[in-house]
Amino acid sequence: MTTATSLSAPASTPAFQQVSLKRKVKNGVATTLVWLSFLIAVVPLVWVLYTVIANGIKRIPYSNWWGQDLGSVLSDEVGGGVLHAIIGTLLQALVCGIIAVPLGLLVAIYLVEYGRGTKLARVTTFMVDILSGVPSIVAALFIYALWITTFGLPRSAFAVSLALVLLMVPVVVRSSEEMLRIVPDDLREASYALGVPKWKTIVKIVLPTALSGIIGGVMMALARVMGETAPLLVLVGYSSFVNFNVFKGEMASLPLLMNNERVTNSMTPGSVGFDRIWGAALTLVIIIALINLLATVISRLVAPKKK
Amino acid sequence: MRPGDRIFKNMTTGAGIFVVVLIGLIGLFLLVQAIPALKADKASFLLSRAWSTSDPTNMSFGILDLLEVTIATSVVALIFAMPVSLGIALFLTQYAPKRLARAFAYVIDLLAAVPSIIFGLWGILVLAPAIEPFSNWINKTFSWFPLLAPGNVAPSVRGTIFTAGLVLAVMLLPIITSLTREVFERTPTPHIEGALALGATRWEVIRTTVLPFGKAGYIGASMLGLGRALGETIALAVILLIPVGRFFDWSIFDGGATFASKIAANYSEFNNVTSAGAYIAAGLVLFLLTFLVNFAARAVISDKKGD
Amino acid sequence: MAKRIDVKDVDIYYGKFHAVDSVTLQVPPRSVTAFIGPSGCGKSTVLRTLNRMHEVIPGARVEGKVLLDGEDIYASNVDPVQVRRTIGMVFQRPNPFPTMSIGDNVVAGLKLAGTKNGEKLKDIAERALRGANLWNEVKDRLNKPGGSLSGGQQQRLCIARAIAVQPDVLLMDEPCSALDPISTLAIEDLIGELKKDYTIVIVTHNMQQAARVSDQTAFFNLYGVGQPGRLVELNDTEKIFSNPNEKATEDYISGRFG
Repeated sequence: MTTATSLSAPASTPAFQQVSLKRKVKNGVATTLVWLSFLIAVVPLVWVLYTVIANGIKRIPYSNWWGQDLGSVLSDEVGGGVLHAIIGTLLQALVCGIIAVPLGLLVAIYLVEYGRGTKLARVTTFMVDILSGVPSIVAALFIYALWITTFGLPRSAFAVSLALVLLMVPVVVRSSEEMLRIVPDDLREASYALGVPKWKTIVKIVLPTALSGIIGGVMMALARVMGETAPLLVLVGYSSFVNFNVFKGEMASLPLLMNNERVTNSMTPGSVGFDRIWGAALTLVIIIALINLLATVISRLVAPKKK
Repeated sequence: MRPGDRIFKNMTTGAGIFVVVLIGLIGLFLLVQAIPALKADKASFLLSRAWSTSDPTNMSFGILDLLEVTIATSVVALIFAMPVSLGIALFLTQYAPKRLARAFAYVIDLLAAVPSIIFGLWGILVLAPAIEPFSNWINKTFSWFPLLAPGNVAPSVRGTIFTAGLVLAVMLLPIITSLTREVFERTPTPHIEGALALGATRWEVIRTTVLPFGKAGYIGASMLGLGRALGETIALAVILLIPVGRFFDWSIFDGGATFASKIAANYSEFNNVTSAGAYIAAGLVLFLLTFLVNFAARAVISDKKGD
Repeated sequence: MAKRIDVKDVDIYYGKFHAVDSVTLQVPPRSVTAFIGPSGCGKSTVLRTLNRMHEVIPGARVEGKVLLDGEDIYASNVDPVQVRRTIGMVFQRPNPFPTMSIGDNVVAGLKLAGTKNGEKLKDIAERALRGANLWNEVKDRLNKPGGSLSGGQQQRLCIARAIAVQPDVLLMDEPCSALDPISTLAIEDLIGELKKDYTIVIVTHNMQQAARVSDQTAFFNLYGVGQPGRLVELNDTEKIFSNPNEKATEDYISGRFG
């Protein structure tokens, strides 16, 4: 820059100076590193998915995989399917959802509609955050201490579902809370002005408006609890047979089946255990993907229409 | 107040109170069931590395080794995950073409949808063998440096804290990234425009506005990631090899057990109350640890978010 | 149906903050009263005390009486929800319920209160939509979503929704400020017709609008920055805009502040 620049004369050439090389290099390096970090993240994702699909695909396209359990097959024998595990996974998630969704929704409604600004609401929201950080093994231990040691009840799929409730509730609360907050206050006021009581306003106006987002959040939360393994190890035994009774007996599930194969069978590629474990992994991934897809579809169907 | 309103308000408030009480209950139940085991412990709970709990009349267990391995794996994971997450968050908010940013963000979020048992299996069966040459090279070349020396599960370099840390880092990426992204997006536009108007390069804009503004959020997000890493159960149970007769020796090529993986791996010992109590005691320590980390993380984040 | 409103010595508080000081005014039935005044002077606040809407904000409190044909709506045994069923309100931004169709929106007040008779609801919907000058535009698409209409149409839908429950009074809080001039004119014409059946109070920051639609006008102002608002003058609209009693009114009308 020239030192004695007259302000009444136009700037001397070159008026628009080039950015110094040093700054350009720094900028370039930063850009490269940033793009690189994204790619670094994509590599394991693609690698894992590729592994699951490539290794799991062998047994999946057969109807016996989806239609049979392993009750009639020895553990190192080829054959049988994972029907019992699929049923177990879905059943445990369903029972968990039946408890966690109303509970989580009520807490979210409290935080948004009734508790705003109160001390209890601040404490509650803090505890929801803490709950979301509780490791799955701790949740499992708590249910063990409560359900099995204190109440004296046996291990069961229901105990697993209870532990899953602890893991699912914070997710339901947070996503529902967000959806409820998005509903404009205008709508609540319009309803009050018509002489509609507060609880009815929430149930008939606010919830339906937020419903599509809430459903989406719930289904994603369900997909997540389906992959949890720790509660399964502590709270229920593994069965090779289909079992519909959540309160009694052992029940299989996809993660538990995978763990069972891992400890009882060899993992050399091409072996029975290898095929089964990756097949189960792929089945789990497929189910999770389908639920996420369903979530998006239902969300869109239920959303308030503009046309 | 109308009856409908009173009932509904009480229901939702009750749900909120229930969540608050729940956290207290978790701590309480774990404590109560840990005490008998702690009383029967012949070794120092906090300082011993031993763990023999299968005989309830002769229990001798301590968490020192578990604590060190837990922290070591988490630290290794954070060392890998933190810079990459920062890069991804910057990528998604500052570098990615706007139309594609959402799609790219979705890709990162997919990492969170993969169940941890699958990550564990991929880690030990696929990743570990693939990086084995590299691990061996490091082991040999840097064997004079304590942290990189051959570990307590040598000659195996697969079931080590190094491998576990890598896999854990991949699992932490979506968590740290998502919150950091949120904070970066909230950088006030006037700040950014001010920097641009001064002729700053993109990296300079980020360095002077986005990073200072988002620093607290990024730290908080990383602490949340730490909380998650401390509690990860099945992935580590699958990957980490248990050394025989040896303990953690300050090498990342050591094997071992974390709080969570120890408990998960020994679920068969849960058949008698006293033995189970030892694991519950370990679980209690984990609960307190994650509680503190989460508490601190939220404090750091909300300090900056201002709400 | 249309009732008379008597506001007697009403003070409004938000927690400890004294928002509005000692308002006394009368609104005759089947007339239009406009509330005018600078931003923050309390005109919307006073409007909301007429149907107890301010109570939605925690900590808001009213002292004094508001009489509807002689009955105090703030008496201790009166349910605010009931009050709001007899006094309707239209807001600044049109707010039809997004999950309901046009037809369902109009009768929302009745359906949520429990009326189920389908035929009766259809008749009421038609009557209300005609009353809001919207029937011809929507009669063929009553089952389309409420959000599919233009801004001006949405506001008329909200007016239809408010009058469907046959209120005694209709309160309007800056109903045209979010609309274009043509829709604004349509609504002003509508107000001229509605006053045959309803008592109307309208808050507006547009003085010309007040001059056009109202029979009497109330001018509100603040005592000073951070001080409570108060009613400065209540008079026939013609007199307010040509020869007001108070100097403050004259200054506001002639644009010396605002």
